[in-house]
Amino acid sequence: MRPSFNLTALHELRWYEFLLRFLFGGAITAVAGLIATKYGPIVGGLFLAFPAIFPASATLVEKHQRERKRKVGILDTKRGRQAAALDAYGTALGAVALFSFALIVWRLLPKMNWSLVLIFGTLVWTTVAVALWRLRKSPIWP
Amino acid sequence: VGQLIFRFLAGGVIVTVFAALADALKPKSFAGLFGAAPSVGLATLTFTSVSQGTAYAALEARSMMAGAAAFLVYACISSRMMLRWNWHAAQATIVAMTFWFGLSFALWYGFLR
Repeated sequence: MRPSFNLTALHELRWYEFLLRFLFGGAITAVAGLIATKYGPIVGGLFLAFPAIFPASATLVEKHQRERKRKVGILDTKRGRQAAALDAYGTALGAVALFSFALIVWRLLPKMNWSLVLIFGTLVWTTVAVALWRLRKSPIWP
Repeated sequence: VGQLIFRFLAGGVIVTVFAALADALKPKSFAGLFGAAPSVGLATLTFTSVSQGTAYAALEARSMMAGAAAFLVYACISSRMMLRWNWHAAQATIVAMTFWFGLSFALWYGFLR
Protein backbone atom coordinates (compact mmCIF):
# COMPACT_ATOMS: atom_id res chain seq x y z
CA MET A 1 0.00 0.00 0.00
CA ARG A 2 1.39 3.39 -1.01
CA PRO A 3 1.42 6.14 1.62
CA SER A 4 -1.38 8.68 1.11
CA PHE A 5 -2.35 11.97 2.71
CA ASN A 6 -5.99 12.44 3.66
CA LEU A 7 -6.92 15.76 5.25
CA THR A 8 -10.50 14.67 5.94
CA ALA A 9 -9.12 12.23 8.57
CA LEU A 10 -8.41 15.32 10.69
CA HIS A 11 -12.17 16.05 10.86
CA GLU A 12 -12.60 12.87 12.92
CA LEU A 13 -10.47 14.39 15.64
CA ARG A 14 -12.14 16.29 18.44
CA TRP A 15 -10.75 19.56 19.78
CA TYR A 16 -9.74 17.97 23.08
CA GLU A 17 -7.64 15.38 21.23
CA PHE A 18 -5.55 18.20 19.73
CA LEU A 19 -5.42 19.91 23.12
CA LEU A 20 -4.26 16.68 24.81
CA ARG A 21 -1.32 16.33 22.41
CA PHE A 22 -0.44 20.01 22.75
CA LEU A 23 -0.42 19.71 26.55
CA PHE A 24 1.59 16.44 26.53
CA GLY A 25 4.13 17.81 24.04
CA GLY A 26 4.44 21.13 25.84
CA ALA A 27 4.73 19.49 29.25
CA ILE A 28 7.47 17.04 28.29
CA THR A 29 9.48 19.78 26.53
CA ALA A 30 9.23 21.97 29.63
CA VAL A 31 10.07 19.04 31.94
CA ALA A 32 13.11 18.09 29.78
CA GLY A 33 14.33 21.68 30.21
CA LEU A 34 13.79 21.57 33.97
CA ILE A 35 15.63 18.22 34.28
CA ALA A 36 18.54 19.57 32.21
CA THR A 37 18.72 22.63 34.46
CA LYS A 38 18.72 20.53 37.64
CA TYR A 39 20.74 17.44 36.60
CA GLY A 40 22.67 18.68 33.55
CA PRO A 41 22.36 18.12 29.78
CA ILE A 42 23.41 14.44 29.90
CA VAL A 43 20.39 13.36 31.96
CA GLY A 44 18.11 16.02 30.40
CA GLY A 45 19.01 14.82 26.89
CA LEU A 46 17.50 11.38 27.53
CA PHE A 47 14.08 13.02 27.67
CA LEU A 48 14.44 14.47 24.15
CA ALA A 49 13.52 10.96 23.00
CA PHE A 50 10.80 10.41 25.59
CA PRO A 51 7.68 8.81 24.03
CA ALA A 52 5.64 11.91 24.84
CA ILE A 53 2.65 11.54 22.58
CA PHE A 54 2.88 7.91 21.57
CA PRO A 55 0.56 6.56 24.33
CA ALA A 56 -2.09 9.16 23.45
CA SER A 57 -1.71 8.54 19.69
CA ALA A 58 -1.91 4.75 19.98
CA THR A 59 -4.97 5.03 22.24
CA LEU A 60 -6.67 7.34 19.73
CA VAL A 61 -5.82 5.04 16.80
CA GLU A 62 -7.41 2.12 18.68
CA LYS A 63 -10.48 4.17 19.61
CA HIS A 64 -11.05 5.56 16.10
CA GLN A 65 -10.63 2.17 14.45
CA ARG A 66 -13.07 0.60 16.93
CA GLU A 67 -15.62 3.38 16.28
CA ARG A 68 -15.26 2.99 12.49
CA LYS A 69 -15.85 -0.76 12.71
CA ARG A 70 -18.76 -0.31 15.11
CA LYS A 71 -20.47 2.02 12.59
CA VAL A 72 -20.51 -0.80 10.03
CA GLY A 73 -21.76 -3.30 12.62
CA ILE A 74 -18.48 -4.98 13.59
CA LEU A 75 -18.25 -5.11 17.38
CA ASP A 76 -14.92 -6.96 17.54
CA THR A 77 -12.46 -4.86 19.59
CA LYS A 78 -9.47 -6.76 18.17
CA ARG A 79 -9.37 -4.53 15.05
CA GLY A 80 -8.63 -1.47 17.14
CA ARG A 81 -5.74 -3.18 18.91
CA GLN A 82 -4.34 -4.44 15.60
CA ALA A 83 -4.38 -0.90 14.17
CA ALA A 84 -2.63 0.45 17.29
CA ALA A 85 -0.04 -2.37 17.11
CA LEU A 86 0.70 -1.47 13.46
CA ASP A 87 1.06 2.16 14.51
CA ALA A 88 3.55 1.03 17.20
CA TYR A 89 5.48 -0.99 14.61
CA GLY A 90 5.84 2.17 12.49
CA THR A 91 6.91 4.07 15.61
CA ALA A 92 9.67 1.51 16.24
CA LEU A 93 11.03 2.24 12.74
CA GLY A 94 10.71 5.97 13.50
CA ALA A 95 12.77 5.43 16.67
CA VAL A 96 15.67 4.11 14.58
CA ALA A 97 15.42 7.29 12.49
CA LEU A 98 15.29 9.30 15.73
CA PHE A 99 18.61 7.71 16.73
CA SER A 100 20.14 8.85 13.42
CA PHE A 101 18.75 12.38 13.97
CA ALA A 102 20.46 12.53 17.39
CA LEU A 103 23.72 11.11 16.00
CA ILE A 104 23.86 13.71 13.20
CA VAL A 105 23.03 16.58 15.57
CA TRP A 106 25.59 15.39 18.16
CA ARG A 107 28.40 15.16 15.57
CA LEU A 108 27.63 18.32 13.58
CA LEU A 109 26.31 20.79 16.14
CA PRO A 110 29.73 21.90 17.47
CA LYS A 111 31.02 22.42 13.89
CA MET A 112 28.17 24.06 11.96
CA ASN A 113 25.38 26.61 12.27
CA TRP A 114 22.77 25.15 14.63
CA SER A 115 19.74 25.94 12.46
CA LEU A 116 21.29 24.19 9.43
CA VAL A 117 22.18 21.19 11.58
CA LEU A 118 18.61 20.86 12.89
CA ILE A 119 17.16 21.17 9.37
CA PHE A 120 19.65 18.59 8.06
CA GLY A 121 18.90 16.32 11.04
CA THR A 122 15.17 16.50 10.29
CA LEU A 123 15.84 15.61 6.64
CA VAL A 124 17.95 12.66 7.79
CA TRP A 125 15.13 11.55 10.14
CA THR A 126 12.60 11.70 7.28
CA THR A 127 14.88 9.87 4.83
CA VAL A 128 15.84 7.08 7.25
CA ALA A 129 12.24 6.63 8.47
CA VAL A 130 10.78 6.40 4.94
CA ALA A 131 13.64 4.17 3.73
CA LEU A 132 13.14 1.72 6.63
CA TRP A 133 9.39 1.68 6.04
CA ARG A 134 9.93 0.87 2.36
CA LEU A 135 12.60 -1.72 3.14
CA ARG A 136 10.47 -3.62 5.66
CA LYS A 137 8.77 -5.67 2.95
CA SER A 138 11.88 -6.38 0.94
CA PRO A 139 13.47 -9.86 0.99
CA ILE A 140 16.57 -8.49 2.75
CA TRP A 141 14.52 -7.42 5.81
CA PRO A 142 15.50 -9.58 8.80
CA VAL B 1 9.42 31.17 34.07
CA GLY B 2 9.58 32.92 30.67
CA GLN B 3 11.91 30.22 29.34
CA LEU B 4 9.60 27.50 30.64
CA ILE B 5 6.55 29.03 28.96
CA PHE B 6 8.48 29.36 25.69
CA ARG B 7 9.57 25.70 25.86
CA PHE B 8 6.01 24.63 26.67
CA LEU B 9 4.49 26.53 23.74
CA ALA B 10 7.20 25.53 21.22
CA GLY B 11 7.07 21.87 22.28
CA GLY B 12 3.26 21.83 22.23
CA VAL B 13 3.06 23.34 18.73
CA ILE B 14 5.73 21.08 17.14
CA VAL B 15 4.32 17.92 18.74
CA THR B 16 0.76 18.83 17.61
CA VAL B 17 1.93 19.47 14.02
CA PHE B 18 3.72 16.09 13.79
CA ALA B 19 0.73 14.33 15.40
CA ALA B 20 -1.70 15.96 12.92
CA LEU B 21 0.54 14.83 10.05
CA ALA B 22 0.39 11.28 11.41
CA ASP B 23 -3.42 11.44 11.64
CA ALA B 24 -3.73 12.44 8.00
CA LEU B 25 -1.41 9.71 6.71
CA LYS B 26 -2.21 6.16 5.68
CA PRO B 27 -1.41 3.27 6.10
CA LYS B 28 -1.12 3.03 9.88
CA SER B 29 2.40 1.61 9.90
CA PHE B 30 3.55 4.65 7.86
CA ALA B 31 1.67 7.13 10.05
CA GLY B 32 3.26 5.43 13.06
CA LEU B 33 6.69 6.70 11.97
CA PHE B 34 5.61 10.13 13.22
CA GLY B 35 5.08 8.77 16.73
CA ALA B 36 8.89 8.95 16.99
CA ALA B 37 9.35 12.27 15.17
CA PRO B 38 12.04 14.50 16.70
CA SER B 39 9.42 17.02 17.91
CA VAL B 40 10.55 17.45 21.54
CA GLY B 41 14.18 17.30 20.34
CA LEU B 42 13.69 20.09 17.79
CA ALA B 43 12.00 22.40 20.29
CA THR B 44 14.57 21.77 23.03
CA LEU B 45 17.71 21.77 20.86
CA THR B 46 16.65 25.04 19.20
CA PHE B 47 16.19 26.62 22.58
CA THR B 48 19.39 25.29 24.17
CA SER B 49 21.53 26.09 21.10
CA VAL B 50 20.47 29.72 21.41
CA SER B 51 20.49 30.07 25.19
CA GLN B 52 23.29 27.69 26.35
CA GLY B 53 25.42 27.25 23.23
CA THR B 54 25.93 24.43 20.75
CA ALA B 55 28.38 22.41 22.92
CA TYR B 56 25.68 22.08 25.61
CA ALA B 57 23.04 21.16 23.01
CA ALA B 58 25.41 18.56 21.48
CA LEU B 59 25.67 16.84 24.89
CA GLU B 60 21.88 16.69 25.02
CA ALA B 61 21.83 15.19 21.51
CA ARG B 62 24.34 12.51 22.55
CA SER B 63 22.06 11.44 25.42
CA MET B 64 19.12 11.58 23.04
CA MET B 65 20.67 8.61 21.20
CA ALA B 66 20.30 6.51 24.37
CA GLY B 67 16.70 7.70 24.75
CA ALA B 68 16.00 6.79 21.10
CA ALA B 69 17.45 3.27 21.55
CA ALA B 70 15.17 2.83 24.58
CA PHE B 71 12.26 4.18 22.50
CA LEU B 72 12.86 1.46 19.86
CA VAL B 73 12.65 -1.28 22.50
CA TYR B 74 9.63 0.42 24.11
CA ALA B 75 7.69 0.60 20.80
CA CYS B 76 8.49 -3.06 19.95
CA ILE B 77 7.32 -4.22 23.39
CA SER B 78 4.14 -2.10 23.18
CA SER B 79 3.33 -3.53 19.74
CA ARG B 80 3.85 -7.08 21.00
CA MET B 81 1.69 -6.52 24.09
CA MET B 82 -1.19 -5.35 21.88
CA LEU B 83 -0.83 -7.94 19.13
CA ARG B 84 0.12 -11.10 21.04
CA TRP B 85 -1.19 -10.48 24.53
CA ASN B 86 -4.34 -8.56 23.48
CA TRP B 87 -3.64 -5.63 25.76
CA HIS B 88 -5.43 -2.35 25.09
CA ALA B 89 -3.27 0.45 23.66
CA ALA B 90 -3.48 2.59 26.82
CA GLN B 91 -2.47 -0.34 29.08
CA ALA B 92 0.36 -1.51 26.82
CA THR B 93 1.90 1.91 26.15
CA ILE B 94 1.81 2.96 29.80
CA VAL B 95 3.10 -0.33 31.29
CA ALA B 96 5.85 -0.56 28.64
CA MET B 97 7.00 2.92 29.68
CA THR B 98 8.89 1.22 32.54
CA PHE B 99 11.13 -0.33 29.85
CA TRP B 100 11.87 3.12 28.41
CA PHE B 101 12.87 4.47 31.83
CA GLY B 102 14.81 1.32 32.76
CA LEU B 103 16.75 1.04 29.52
CA SER B 104 17.49 4.74 28.99
CA PHE B 105 18.83 5.10 32.55
CA ALA B 106 20.79 1.83 32.20
CA LEU B 107 22.42 3.24 29.03
CA TRP B 108 23.09 6.50 30.83
CA TYR B 109 24.66 4.61 33.75
CA GLY B 110 26.71 2.35 31.48
CA PHE B 111 27.91 4.73 28.78
CA LEU B 112 27.14 8.38 29.42
CA ARG B 113 27.67 9.04 33.11
